[in-house]
Amino acid sequence: MRTTLLDVNPRLKAIGESPCNALRARALHITQELAQGVPKTFSRVVDLCSFDPQREGVPPNTFLQQVLAVCLYPELLSDEKCALDVRQRARRLIQSCEGSSVGCYTPSSGLVYIQHRIAEFITRRDAGVPTDAHSIFICSGFWRTLTMMTKLLSSSEGEPQNGVLVPLPYPHTLAMVLGLAGIRSVPYRLREDAGWAMDLEELQRAIRTARGCCRPMAIFISNPGNPTGHVQNRKSIEEVIKFAAAEKLFLLVNEVDQHSVHGSGIQWVSYKKVLFDMGPKYWDRVQMASFHSLSNGLMGECGLRAGYMELVNVDKEVMIFAETLVNMDISSPVPGQLALDILLNPPQPSEPSYDLYTQEILTNLATLTENALRAQDFLNSLPGMSCQPAVGGFYVYPRVDLPAEVLERAKAAGVEADVLYCQELLEEQGVCVGAGSENGNTGGEYHLRLCVGVSSVVLEEALERLSAFHLRFLDSYSCGPHLETP
Amino acid sequence: MSQKEVNGSSHRGKVLTLETMNQNVRQVEYAVRGPMVLRAVQIEEELKKGVKKPFTEVIKANVGDAHAMGQKPITFIRQVLALCAYPALLEDDKFPEDAKLRARRILDGCGGQSIGAYSASQGVECIRKDVASYIEKRDGGIPSNHENIYLSTGASDAIVTMLKLLICGEGRTRTGVMISIPQYPLYSAALTELQGVQINYYLDEDKCWGLDVGELRRSLTAAREHCNPRALCIINPGNPTGQVQSRQCIEDVIRFAKEEGLLLMADEVYQDNVYAEGCVFHSFKKVLFEMGPEFSSVVELVSFHSTSKCYMGECGFRGGYMEVVNLDPEVKAQLTKLVSVRLCSPVSGQALMDVVVNPPQPGEPSYATFTQERAAVLADLAEKAKLTEESFNNVPGFHCNPVQGAMYTFPRITIPQKAIDQAKAAGQAPDQMYCMKLLETTGICLVPGSGFGQREGTFHFRMTILPPKEKLKYVLEKIAEFNAQFLQDYS
Repeated sequence: MRTTLLDVNPRLKAIGESPCNALRARALHITQELAQGVPKTFSRVVDLCSFDPQREGVPPNTFLQQVLAVCLYPELLSDEKCALDVRQRARRLIQSCEGSSVGCYTPSSGLVYIQHRIAEFITRRDAGVPTDAHSIFICSGFWRTLTMMTKLLSSSEGEPQNGVLVPLPYPHTLAMVLGLAGIRSVPYRLREDAGWAMDLEELQRAIRTARGCCRPMAIFISNPGNPTGHVQNRKSIEEVIKFAAAEKLFLLVNEVDQHSVHGSGIQWVSYKKVLFDMGPKYWDRVQMASFHSLSNGLMGECGLRAGYMELVNVDKEVMIFAETLVNMDISSPVPGQLALDILLNPPQPSEPSYDLYTQEILTNLATLTENALRAQDFLNSLPGMSCQPAVGGFYVYPRVDLPAEVLERAKAAGVEADVLYCQELLEEQGVCVGAGSENGNTGGEYHLRLCVGVSSVVLEEALERLSAFHLRFLDSYSCGPHLETP
Repeated sequence: MSQKEVNGSSHRGKVLTLETMNQNVRQVEYAVRGPMVLRAVQIEEELKKGVKKPFTEVIKANVGDAHAMGQKPITFIRQVLALCAYPALLEDDKFPEDAKLRARRILDGCGGQSIGAYSASQGVECIRKDVASYIEKRDGGIPSNHENIYLSTGASDAIVTMLKLLICGEGRTRTGVMISIPQYPLYSAALTELQGVQINYYLDEDKCWGLDVGELRRSLTAAREHCNPRALCIINPGNPTGQVQSRQCIEDVIRFAKEEGLLLMADEVYQDNVYAEGCVFHSFKKVLFEMGPEFSSVVELVSFHSTSKCYMGECGFRGGYMEVVNLDPEVKAQLTKLVSVRLCSPVSGQALMDVVVNPPQPGEPSYATFTQERAAVLADLAEKAKLTEESFNNVPGFHCNPVQGAMYTFPRITIPQKAIDQAKAAGQAPDQMYCMKLLETTGICLVPGSGFGQREGTFHFRMTILPPKEKLKYVLEKIAEFNAQFLQDYS
């Protein structure tokens, strides 16, 4: 009576193997082949499938590393080679830990001091909108935090299935999280021809569809958009909030890329600020969870695993159960919690580390801005590709028109056409990019997902190789550059 | 209007309320952090504000957090982690060569040579290889494959992941999981949340919390009437009970698992915490393989370890792993898919696990200090285990089994009928009432036995043996005093 597939959680089985994971596994294999001397046209695999800047050449933040090192090894507090503000910050952070050690568990929703520092950051960011530190939950990363919310929002046994409206395209891991929670995803299309803007009519169509097949509880929004890179203006946010209020939907707002707005003249404003400005009619009752993460700041400290959510208008009794759920993690990793403090409360102008810190952050932002523009221009110059401007976040998301023969070959191989494209790109040129079908774009519209939160050298190399592949790929089809767009 | 006033206001137009949220979640309880801790935190705040109490501090003897009770971190471990966090320190003479060697090995295995990058979702490969080597050495050469190792966010993450993997079916075919009573409440909480069926098997308090196959069989037979039992969880050394199972017992459990087709989940996070003379930690894997191919090629085993316990006590890093043995490749593929959802476990925790499985060797610069620090921690725990057992067995109405291992004591206490009646009238478990009163009177925070499960009509509490010796003596005294008073008040 060995455990077989029949004994495995059906929701898990129902989730398809992630193309990104499969590509990564293949990329690893290729890297091993390269190490063994197998000749290829490239000397290393470049991975633009998902955001992991430090893997792809973006240097880590010095101040953060220094403070963490001192927190981990407090003997360094007496090391005068270490800048004073580093030591002061580390001392404060160590003191904020239970038992003054990073080795202790913390309260399940996070260190009280860090919760307060996060609350202060949010209030500062939103020009004075009040924030209650008790409604901040720190978890080991955005996906963990979202998983926790999905548990609360999912239907009880025997009840009709609950649903969440999700943007099309959505972040590529979202489907898995909702699927595991047994929640139905109902897509609302973003308007590619309008820079991936949200469309009220489309939201209304989606909610009607949702009501026909599940009990819609929430709407998921990414702002800045992942993978689209769009940033909602205030008017758009107001529309969405009014819609959510009218349709009684809980707002799940992914704001992890809020520090990475790079489009010229683009202003990002938080959903909470807009909600507050809309007055008591909305501020009093619209419910929201807004998410932020350490991984997506311009420091890209993905490996530390920390993120938080702020709950707005959620009853205390419900928050107690949110707390019970995080109890089972006991607490989230302490180094990550401490790093959140550094992300949200950088050195001040009078402090010794300020100059270097600011320079590093600005350099990363400048690289990101240049990369996004470069990638857009480059991709737009390729036949059959069209890329909307990305003004925030770390991805560009071009549409790619694929010949009918590719669609047929893909069908025969049992994969989406864009996945086939990505597979061949990897084999031929050692570049790993994401397939848009993983972000929900299927049924004849194909996209690629390229992370531009990498060093400019890495991006340039990737774009050149992609271009070489793309032109060769199209050339090999009898239609040549005349593409059939289904 | 302040956010605080807004949160908690009426339901007007709200989507997510107590009624509309997933009702399953309302059943979830995790006693180690439940109402006792909430009250303890409140009391701490009251003390800070200057409220007068019969004590000056809250002593949190409820959670197995060694550093919170003053245990010092191991120097070598923190040196390696600091080097990983800020690699420029590799140029600093202050750090010994063996620490630098390990830091370089870890960083070389990380994306961009940084612990700030995501790792593969199963964990950094070279660290998994080091874990596999450690397991081989520990188990006398029995091979361990790094592809069967999953680095996790503490053992908790790995345990819950396995349960998530295995729970399916409806009604009579719903997955059942056998757990020991008393148990560590993560198991019951996870089963409640995932809607798995909890199958209780009782440990024998009169036989030093030993495990009896007859009891396993009884429990399983009854369970087959209403669910589909798939797995058997065992914690060795035990939490909260502190027993170290004998080799014979482990063989019996393995034999039982084979006969009944159950997957074994062996929680071995306290494997270094063995104190009692004559007690030895036997890893499930080692015993399994020594029982020969008839068992070792068939019995499915998942064993868990963590960086939070043993001599390290590094709870805050959330480091851990599981090793899966004899899992069907298709099932394993589903497991690998499942862990990929959370991207990866904290890389600092993975690095920490690497140091734990790859400590200084004789001849290396840090060997002497490391060995001495490690021995001191374990000796201290052993002493406190003995002290606690002796002390509690001198308290009238207490019966305390030897603390053979782990970090806790779980004495049986006597609660007079009058107190039982009062508790029941208040809708409280009697040992919960006892522990609450103890907290209010002495500031000592324990966890009532009802949070772990116990035989009907018996009452216990779990206390950690972690406070420093002098403080522990104080705690033991205060509990004895309180108990005497309690018995008197309710006689």
